Order: sequence, then C-alpha cells, then structure tokens
Amino acid sequence: MFTDQVKKQLEDIVGEKNVAASNASKLAYSYDATPQFQSLPDAVVSPKTTQEIVEIMKICNKHKIPIVPRGSGTNLSAGTTPIDGGIVLLFKHMNNILEIDENNLTITTQPGVNTLQLITEVEKLGLFYPPDPSSMKISQIGGNINENSGGLRGLKYGVTRDYVMGLEVVLPNGDIIRTGGKLAKDVAGYDLTRLFVGSEGTLGIVTEITLKLLPLPETKKTMLALYEDLHAAAQTVSKILSNRIIPTTLEFLDQPTLKVVEDFSNIGLPTDVKAVLLIEQDGDSQSVDRDIHKMAEICRENQAVQVDVAKSPEEAEALTTARRSALSALARLKPTTILEDATVPRSEIANMVEAISQIAEKYEVDICTFGHAGDGNLHPTCLTDVRDSEEIHRVEKAFEEIFEKAVELGGTITGEHGVGAMKADYLHLKLGEAGIDAMKNIKKAFDPNNIMNPGKIFAKNSPKRVVVSQS
Amino acid sequence: MNTKEKERIQHDFKEKMDYDELLNCMRCGFCLPSCPTYIESDYDEVHSPRGRIALMKGVVDGVIEPDEDVKQSLDMCLGCRACEPVCPAGVNYGHLLEQARDIIYQNKELPKHVKVIRNVAFKGLFPYQNRMIGVTSLLGFYQRSGVQQLTRKSGIMKLFPDSLRTMEKVLPEVPKRKEMKNRPRYYKPIQQKKKKVAFFSGCLMDTMFLSTNNATAKLLQYAGCEIVVPQNQGCCGALHGHSGEKDQAKELAKRNIKAFEKAEVDYIITNAGGCGAFLVDYKHLLKDEEEWKERAEHLSMKIKDISKILVELDFHKKPLKLDQQIITYQDSCHLKNGQKTFMEPRQLLEAIQGASYVEMKDASRCCGSAGIYNLVEPEMSMQILDYKMEKTKETKAKTVVTANPGCLLQMKLGIEREGLSEEVEAVHIVDLLLKAYEEANL
Repeated sequence: MFTDQVKKQLEDIVGEKNVAASNASKLAYSYDATPQFQSLPDAVVSPKTTQEIVEIMKICNKHKIPIVPRGSGTNLSAGTTPIDGGIVLLFKHMNNILEIDENNLTITTQPGVNTLQLITEVEKLGLFYPPDPSSMKISQIGGNINENSGGLRGLKYGVTRDYVMGLEVVLPNGDIIRTGGKLAKDVAGYDLTRLFVGSEGTLGIVTEITLKLLPLPETKKTMLALYEDLHAAAQTVSKILSNRIIPTTLEFLDQPTLKVVEDFSNIGLPTDVKAVLLIEQDGDSQSVDRDIHKMAEICRENQAVQVDVAKSPEEAEALTTARRSALSALARLKPTTILEDATVPRSEIANMVEAISQIAEKYEVDICTFGHAGDGNLHPTCLTDVRDSEEIHRVEKAFEEIFEKAVELGGTITGEHGVGAMKADYLHLKLGEAGIDAMKNIKKAFDPNNIMNPGKIFAKNSPKRVVVSQS
Repeated sequence: MNTKEKERIQHDFKEKMDYDELLNCMRCGFCLPSCPTYIESDYDEVHSPRGRIALMKGVVDGVIEPDEDVKQSLDMCLGCRACEPVCPAGVNYGHLLEQARDIIYQNKELPKHVKVIRNVAFKGLFPYQNRMIGVTSLLGFYQRSGVQQLTRKSGIMKLFPDSLRTMEKVLPEVPKRKEMKNRPRYYKPIQQKKKKVAFFSGCLMDTMFLSTNNATAKLLQYAGCEIVVPQNQGCCGALHGHSGEKDQAKELAKRNIKAFEKAEVDYIITNAGGCGAFLVDYKHLLKDEEEWKERAEHLSMKIKDISKILVELDFHKKPLKLDQQIITYQDSCHLKNGQKTFMEPRQLLEAIQGASYVEMKDASRCCGSAGIYNLVEPEMSMQILDYKMEKTKETKAKTVVTANPGCLLQMKLGIEREGLSEEVEAVHIVDLLLKAYEEANL
C-alpha cells in the first residue's frame, strides 16, 4: 500500500520535486488517449537513472505498489491508465540519445527520447528508423517499445519490434538484465528482447534501448487514388500486393474521415468521393517511378476515378501528416471517439471493410473506417456519446462482433495498439484459454507480486471499464 | 482555498462549463509539443492544454476539488492558444480557459491587495480612456521631469522585482497629454481611395503607443484608405476576458459594438494582435444574448489586422527601403492563433529592400508577455522570454518586429535583460513599415 512512509522513501531516491502527489498532478496522469478510462494514481514519479529505478522497484515490490511506466500517454488501449492506483513512472529525465553507431548501423537511446526527434537525428546522418506511429511528434521511444507501436510504413518495414536489437530492463525484484545487443545474429537462449517489446509494461521497466537502423531510401513518392466505391478501394489493396509490389504505405480512408481530416488540415483533400487510398513508395528513383506507375495503373483498373501523384515532397508530407491526424480529427463529429484496431490478413481487407459496415448498420452505430489497409490493420472508429449508455452498450456489442469477425478471417484483436485494459476482455478470442494461461505464467515468473502495470492484457481480477461517473 | 469557495466554484463549473467542448478533447496529446508552459515546466501535464482540460473536466465530474493546484495550473496558462491550430479535434481551448478563469475569479476570495489592484485596473482604469490618458500622462511627467533619473539613481527601484525594474527602463517615451486628448477622428486617403475603414484605436495603443497608432493611420492613407476613428470606442476587454472578468468584458464589447455599428465601412482595422483576436471573439462572448448576438457577429466579420489589409491593397508592391540589416519577426500569438494572420506580416517584411528577412526558430511560440502574465507569473514569463531571446540572437537580427503592444514591450525587456540594447531594437511592424515607405518614397 502507498503510505506517507513510502512517499518519503521515494522522495529520498529521486528528490522531492520528482514525486508529485497533488490532486492536480494525480488527475493529469490518470488517463491516456483512450476514451472511457480514468483512474487516479497515488503519485507521479520521475527518476533520472537506471539505479534510481532499481531502488523504486525494490520499494514497490516490497509494499506491493503498482507501477505504471508511461511515455507521453498517447496510447489507445488504456495501457498507461493507472487502473489499480500506485505510481505512474515518467521518463522525462531519461531523454538522451546515448550513441549513434554508424559502423553497426544502430542507435542506443534512453526511453524518454521523443520518437520524431530520434527519427530526425538519424536522418541527419542519412540513416533511417522506419517505425513512425501517428503520434510520433509526441510519443516517446520507450512507450513505442512497450506498446510495440506500428505506423504508416508498417507494410514494407514492419513495426517497432522489427527494429529492437537489445534492451536494458529493470525487473520487479530490482535485477538489471540486458538482452540482445548490436548483433545481427544471436541465438543464445530465449528471445527476451522480443518478449519485452509489446509487453505493455507488465514485465519490467525498459531503461535502455538499442535499435537497428537502415540506410535512408534515396527517394520517395506519394499518390492519392480516389474511389466512388468503398469495396473497389479495398479490393485494390489486395491487387497491388498480388502484383508483387510492396509499397511503403498503403492507407485507406473513408469519406467521413476524409471530411474531418480536410476540415483540420485544409490541404485540398477530395471530400466528394467515397474513399481514398494514400500510397507511398520509397527506394531508388528508378524503381520508385516504376512501382508508382504500375500501382496507378492497378488503381485505375480497379475503378479508381482519379489518381494523383504529389508534385513535391512538401505536398507528399502534407498528405501523410494529414493522415496522421485522422483519429483525433474524427473527434470533431461526436463527443466520444472510440477507435479500434482490428487486423486481418491483407487478402481479407475487402471482406473486413464490408463486414464493418454491415455490423455498424446492424447495431445502428456510426463507424468510420480508416487504417493501414496494406498491412491489414484497420481502425474502425466509432463516433458516439459517452453519456448515452444505451448507445455505448450497442457500440460495445458492435466491436465485439468486429473482433470476432477479424479473428474468424484469420486476424487479430489488435494490430498495433496493444491489449491494455481496453481489449483485455477480448484476448481469449485470439489466444484461447491455454494461450492466456501460458502468458500468465510468463508474467508470474517475472512479476510474482503483480506490481507491473496490473490490470492490463489479462481480464480477470480487474474491474472492466472504470468509467468516471458524471453527475 | 476554503471549503465554501470550493463548493461555489465546483457548483459553477457544473452549471456553466461547456461540457460538450470538454468532451471534444480526446486526449491525443497533439497539443503538447506546441505548449510553451508544458515545455518550460519540464514536460508537466498539469501545465499542458490536455492536462488543463482534464482538470476542468475533473472538477465538473467531481473527481477532484478545485483546489489551489488546479487554480495554479489555470493561472500558469499564457492563453496563447498555440494549442488550437494544432488540435485535430478542433477544441476551442481559449473559450474553456476563459470560462474556467471567470468562474474561479468570481467565486474566490482574493487577498485584499490583489482585489484592489484588479479593481483599479479592470474596473477603474482600462474602461476609461480619459483615465488611461491621465495615468499615461503621469508616466510622461515621471519620464520628462527628471523624477525618472532621480528614482533610478536613488536605488528605490531595487525594491521591485527584477523584471519590473527592467520594464520601467524600456517603457516608451509617452506622448504629451494634449496629443492624446486631441486625436483626429477622420483621415482622407492620400492617393486614390480604395477602401473605407474604421480604425480600432485601443486603450494602451492610443496612449502609450500613440505614435504607432498615428503611423498606422498614415500607412492606411498611403495604401488608399479613407479612415474614421469612432469617438465612443474604448478598451477591447481582452485583459478582462482573459483574467476572469467576463462581465466587464461583455460591457466593453457592447460599448464597442455601439461605437462601430454606425460607421459604414468595409473593414475595422486593428494593429494589436491581442485586441483584434478578442474583437473577432465578440460573437462568442455575446452568443447567449439575443439582442447582441447578431450585432457582435457583424462587428467580428469586419475585423482585419493592419498587415492583412496592407497586403490586400498591394502595399508590399510599393517601393519600401531600409538600411542594410537583418530583420526577424516575432508572431503575436493572438494574431496568429486567434486571427490566423501570419503570412502577411512576413510578406510585408520580405518586401523591404535593403533589409534581409530571417525567420526566427519557433517564431510563433509565445514571448511570455500575455497580457498581465509577465507581472503575475514573472518567473515562468522570464523563462519563456529567455528561450525567445536565444532564438532571436541566433538570427543575428538588428531589428525584431512585433505586432502587439505586449509583445513589443516584452521583446524590449528581453533585449535589455540580455544587455543587447546597443545592437538590437524591437519595433512594431507599423512603425517599421512607415519608415521603410518614407525612406523609399519621400
């Protein structure tokens, strides 16, 4: 339990000003970007070193106090909501890039470094860190590791996991372990690096990260394909891939999403069509030209009414930046915006898009769809009002059915946002009871006292949705 | 804060806060990188727009009490609204802040001296232009009579905080009382008449910065405007609105609406970013008052910043010339975020021959002046100013151009604090443009 004595001990470790426990501080860290979840921590703690984290861990482990590691709180699965109280642990003082190794093409960094800053720093040297979550302007790399974040370039380059080579982690008992390293090959024992990436802060605290870098692609091109038919747009996605082209980005946006994004960004997006595909390819200029040309052709063959290639890098940048705002921009339409993260094999995109619109109709709810169509990762987003409990109930029903459908099509309940508290109830759909048990046993081995971000990933013994009552 | 105050505030939060607007914030955090106080508070969510909205909602929901920490979080906000243009969800943060501050300040028992100061400033001084003239004249007497010299020598200024002491040094030389009293009410266009405009002369701008107002009129004349300066106008009420005195702000708004609605003009021109944005916002301020709603909208529609009309009338295509120098521009937050005017000042400055324009990094980040913020939150204000000065120095500019009296004073203060007053000068864009025009044409 969190007592005054514990608070004092924490203050002794990190300094008084790095333990915030006012009501205002607790409230400001009681939520992340996930609607409907909010819960106050006991304190917000900002350590400066790995050693301080070791000591914090020991105290919390002894007194069984939950620890929620938190980057910038942009996640969408209530992964950083302190639903059982305890302390929220911030990395704002651990925000240094430690080394960029141009011989091994790696970057070693502390967890509090801002993702966009990291990307900018390596690009200055002609290097490339491909994962680019939409929140990269705000997010921290440590948060990306914990949630295994995706992004717009996932189709060609994969997600965060595919770039993590080594980690330093503090375990709940205070031990420090190092996994992996700057090695291209390493098969010594279990792959703990992969285990920690995407573990949502439930196993330990990542304090140092070594990431793989690539050479920066020589050039890139961006184009928009416009459709009068949702299904035709979705169909195009599979056609591009079956033509053996893997673009960097292949994004899908439906009409309502286009409208709000244009409303915010004012860059002249078409708002009179039913859907668009945002397509990007990078590489050497010859093959980029060839691919873009070929893809434009495929789009036209599949009922695209118009295909436009961005005329300048600025125009291309404006398009991708606008796309990154899609989720937040949808909040313009209704008070509450619930975004989901259903993912299917690429070949099933058209079926999934169709299923989503049928399910929305069946439950009479408003669902807009956009997402990383190219990697099968869709974001059906429900526009609703948290004050209308009857409608919220229908929304939950609809999402449950969407998840069931995704799994039925060989997909999963989350492609890049994590399970967190939001999707814990649906994990069994994907894993089955045996799968969940196996994971629980892993959790127990690392964290027997269940102090690391409790209530996340696994549904049982945790309150379902902590909705703050409104009078 | 005592229990009674908290209860009253909580009650009013529930009654008066725009809950739909609070819900509009979907907590994505896109606002964080643009918030100066979030950055300068070492990335503390309590001092971010997302955090402040959460606190307001927390009070409405009854999750937390409106205690001193909540009040401090709201007080610490500059109100620069840099979070608004970057918010994909389109949350009107400025309105929420105004509502919340109004509720807190109308219900909280303030310390006696704070109350006296607020009453004198908000109720006794700003609404009355003749009193503004009086006070400014006193300042003029202070400057001209030798008292200023005496005061500085006596060391009495040491009793005041550092920033205030420096501010005393950078205040402009104020005009004579007679000049302020007899400001002209009508100007003919100098060349062919293209537009008829009304000029919003403001309170501070028409006293302490009278010369800039006169320069504004001249520029408008050169650009081909016929100008009227309606008699009964007064302070725009921005300071009131931003400091939790909404009722006062409404009174001032109504007075200005009445003063301007008789003038049949194409535009109402402002030369102070803060005033302009507040005038545009009259339509929101008076949205619940049937009799005034439309009249406010009518006025809001006509508001235009001086730089915008100058570009519209092709003033930047006229010959403009200055000595060889680097100039840079510090955005007025409210001109940029409130009135969406940021290209035009740059277009005008880039058109000046002889001078080369260099964009300052983070030019649109608040300078820390923010109405009376630099007086009530001096520490944070100076921290923000220090960053601004660092970026100013990087441009190697001789002239820092501003578009709002608060920013102008703050940048002067920054230059003085850095000991750069020999090399760098802060000016209002209007004064610089007039100089450039006269150098090239007269």
